[in-house]
Amino acid sequence: MKALTFKGGVHPLHKQHEGKNLSKDAELRVFSPAMVVIPMSQHIGAPCKPCVAVGDQVLLGQLIGEPCGFVSSPIHASVSGKVIAVEPRPHLNGSKVMSVVIENDGRDELDPSVKPKGTLDSLSQEELKKVILEAGIVGMGGAAFPAHVKYAIKPEQKVDYLILNGAECEPFLTSDHRMMLEQSEKIALGAAILKKASGAPVCIIGIENNKPDAIASMKEAIMGYDGLSVAELQTKYPQGGEKQLIKAVTGREVPRGGLPIAAGCIVSNVSTAAAMADAVTSGMPLVRRSVTVTGSVKEPSNFIAPVGTRYSDLFEACGGFDGEPAKIISGGPMMGLSVADPDIPMTKGTSGITVFSEQVYKPVLESNCIRCARCVEACPVGLEPYILDAAALRSNVDVLQAKDAMSCINCGCCTYVCPAKRNLAQSIALGKKILTKATKN
Amino acid sequence: MNKSLNVSASPHVRDARTTQSLMGDVLIALLPAGIAGVYFFGLKALLLIAVGVISAVGSEFLYQKATKQKVTVTDLSAAVTGLLLAYNVPVTAEWWQVMIGSAFAIVIVKQLFGGLGFNIVNPALAARAVLQASWATSMNTFYVDGVASATPLAQLKAGGVTSASLLDMFIGNTAGCIGEVSALLLILGGLYLLIRRVIKWHIPVAYIGTFAVFMAIYSMATGKTLDSFMLPQLLGGGLMLGAFFMATDYVSCPMTSKGQIIFGIGAGLLTSIIRLWGGYPEGASYSILLMNLVTPLIDKATKPRIYGSEVKTNA
Repeated sequence: MKALTFKGGVHPLHKQHEGKNLSKDAELRVFSPAMVVIPMSQHIGAPCKPCVAVGDQVLLGQLIGEPCGFVSSPIHASVSGKVIAVEPRPHLNGSKVMSVVIENDGRDELDPSVKPKGTLDSLSQEELKKVILEAGIVGMGGAAFPAHVKYAIKPEQKVDYLILNGAECEPFLTSDHRMMLEQSEKIALGAAILKKASGAPVCIIGIENNKPDAIASMKEAIMGYDGLSVAELQTKYPQGGEKQLIKAVTGREVPRGGLPIAAGCIVSNVSTAAAMADAVTSGMPLVRRSVTVTGSVKEPSNFIAPVGTRYSDLFEACGGFDGEPAKIISGGPMMGLSVADPDIPMTKGTSGITVFSEQVYKPVLESNCIRCARCVEACPVGLEPYILDAAALRSNVDVLQAKDAMSCINCGCCTYVCPAKRNLAQSIALGKKILTKATKN
Repeated sequence: MNKSLNVSASPHVRDARTTQSLMGDVLIALLPAGIAGVYFFGLKALLLIAVGVISAVGSEFLYQKATKQKVTVTDLSAAVTGLLLAYNVPVTAEWWQVMIGSAFAIVIVKQLFGGLGFNIVNPALAARAVLQASWATSMNTFYVDGVASATPLAQLKAGGVTSASLLDMFIGNTAGCIGEVSALLLILGGLYLLIRRVIKWHIPVAYIGTFAVFMAIYSMATGKTLDSFMLPQLLGGGLMLGAFFMATDYVSCPMTSKGQIIFGIGAGLLTSIIRLWGGYPEGASYSILLMNLVTPLIDKATKPRIYGSEVKTNA
C-alpha cells in the first residue's frame, strides 16, 4: 500500500534521519527523581485547586489537584512521599504557576483509589468516559487538551473514525516510537477502549514510514481486535498535525474553524491510548509518561518519568550536556517551546526535550522577502504566509482576515523553508492575536 | 550553565537555503553563457560584464550607505541584476552605457521601490528598455566573427531567411547580445537551476512551449518550414535567457504553479505577437516586462485553496 499523506509540508533534517537516530534505539528507562514539582496548570483552561497541604504524606495516584470547570482535568501525585511545598514555581509558560512539590520516598506506595476499573468488555461507553475524566487523561501529543472534553460527543454528532496519532513527525522525538515498540499491546488495548468510548466503528493508527519497526509491532499488537488497523504515512512534517493526519487517513477535511468532530473524526495520541489502558486495567491515573531527552546531551535517552520531573534532573540522567547549551526546547525543534529555566518540570504534555549546544544552534537574521514562494508551497493549510507576515507587521486586520490568519496551525513550515530567514510563523501568531483582539471589539 | 539560554519562537531549525545561496546558484548557472559570450565577442564583452556587475553592486552599496540602510550587497541579488543587464546588451554598447544601465536598474527600479523583493518589474529588463530607448544605435548594432551583421531575428523580420546555421545559433556563434547567443549553455544553466530547485519548471516550459507551438502554427500557416522559421525563432534572441533567467525572477513572477503557467503562456504569446507583428524583431524582454505588471493580478486569481474551505460539517 502506498504511504498516505497531505499537501504541502517540509522534510526537516531529512538527511540526518530527522534527528531521530540519536535516541530511537534507546529503550525506555524508568526514572525516579528525588523530587517532583507538579504544576496545577497543565493545559489551557482553568488551573486545578491543590487539595493537599505542606507536610502531608501522599500516595502514588492520590488526587492532589481538583479540577475547576469543564475544560480542566484532575491531577494526581506521581510519586509517594511528603509534600514539601505548595507554592508558585517556574513553568514552561514563562511565569510562575501554583505547584505541589513532593519529596519522593522512592516506595511508590499506591493510593487505595488505584485499583482495576474493569475490562474493555465489562465497562460501558459512559463508564469508560468517566474513567477518562477521573484518571486525568489529557492529549499526550503536546497540547495536553483534556481528553474527556474531546470525547464528550454530542448526540447529534457521529464519529466515523477514531485516529490514533503515531506519526511522531516532529524531528528528534522518539518517545512515541519507543512506546509503539515496547508497549504496543497496551496501545492496542487503549485503542480498543478509546474506540468504544468514542463510539467510532473503526480506529486507524497512523504511523510515519520512517518507523517500519513500529508499524510492524503495532500491526501485530492489533490482531485479535475488531475494527483496528494501521495506516502507513509518508515521512513528512507536519504529518502528525491533527488536520493533516485526518486528510491523509480519511481523505476528509475539517471545515475551516471547526474541530475534528466536524469531520466525523477524533484524534488521540498513541501514548494517550496507553495511558487509557493503564487507567482501566490497573486504575493508575495519568501520572507518568514517556519522554525523549535528546540533542546535545551526553547520552540521548527515552524515559518513563513521573509528571513533575524537572528538566535538570533528566539532563543529569542523560550524563549532562554535550557542550554549552544554547537552547533548551520543550518538545521538538519545529513546534517546541524554548525554555529560559532548565529547572521547570515536565507536564502531562511533555513528549520530549531537545537541547541545542552553541556548536549546533546558530541564530539567524531576517532579511527582505524575495517572493520565492517556498512558504506558499510548504504551507499545509494553503495559506500565503508572506502576505500574512507583512499584514501582521502592519497590524492590517483586513488582510489578516481576508487571508485567513486564523487557519494557521503554527506548524512552522513557512519559517523553516524561508531563505530570507523571516520569522513567518511567529509573525502570523502575532497576526492571530491582533485579529482576535480586533474582532472582539 | 553560566550563560543564559536563547529563547525564541518556534521553529528552532531552518533549511540551509539562504537568499545568498539562491542568488549564488543563479550566478553559477549564468557563468557558461557568459564565457561563450566572451569567446565569441572578445574581451570587450568581459569588460562590459565586469562593468555591469560592479556598477550594480556599487550603486546598491552607495545608495544604502547614503540612505543609512543596512548594506545588503552580500545577498548577491545586485550582482545577478548587473550580470543579466550586461548579458542583455550587444558588445557594441559603450561601457558607460552599461554602467548607467546597471545603476538605473538598482537605484530607480529596485531601491526606490523598496529594495529587494519590492520592485514591480525585473530591474535588468527595465534598464535594458531604458538603454534601448536612449542609445538605439549602439544597442542595435550586432557583430558576428568580428563583422557587423543583422541578428537572425532581424533577418527573419525583414522577410528573408537567416544566414546563421541552426548549429551556430545553438552553440552561440551568431549575432546577438553578449549573454543570449548560446542556447545550449543557457539551457544547461537552466537545468542546473531546475536540479538545484532554485526555479521550478512551470515558467520556462509554459513560456518556451507556448512560443514554440505558436511559431509552429505560424510557420505552417504561412508555408514556411519549421527549420527555416520556427527553430531559428526558438534559438534566436533572448528567449532562452528570458525564459530560464528573467521570467523566473522570484520578485516579479507569480507565486503558485498555476500562476506561473499562466505567466509563461502570457509571455510566450506576447513574445510571438511582438516578433511577428510588432515593430521590433525581438520581444522577449518586453513581453516579460508586461507580464511582470500583471503578476499581482495573477497572484490574486490563483491563490491556493485553504484547507477546510467549503467543507460540510458533520451533523
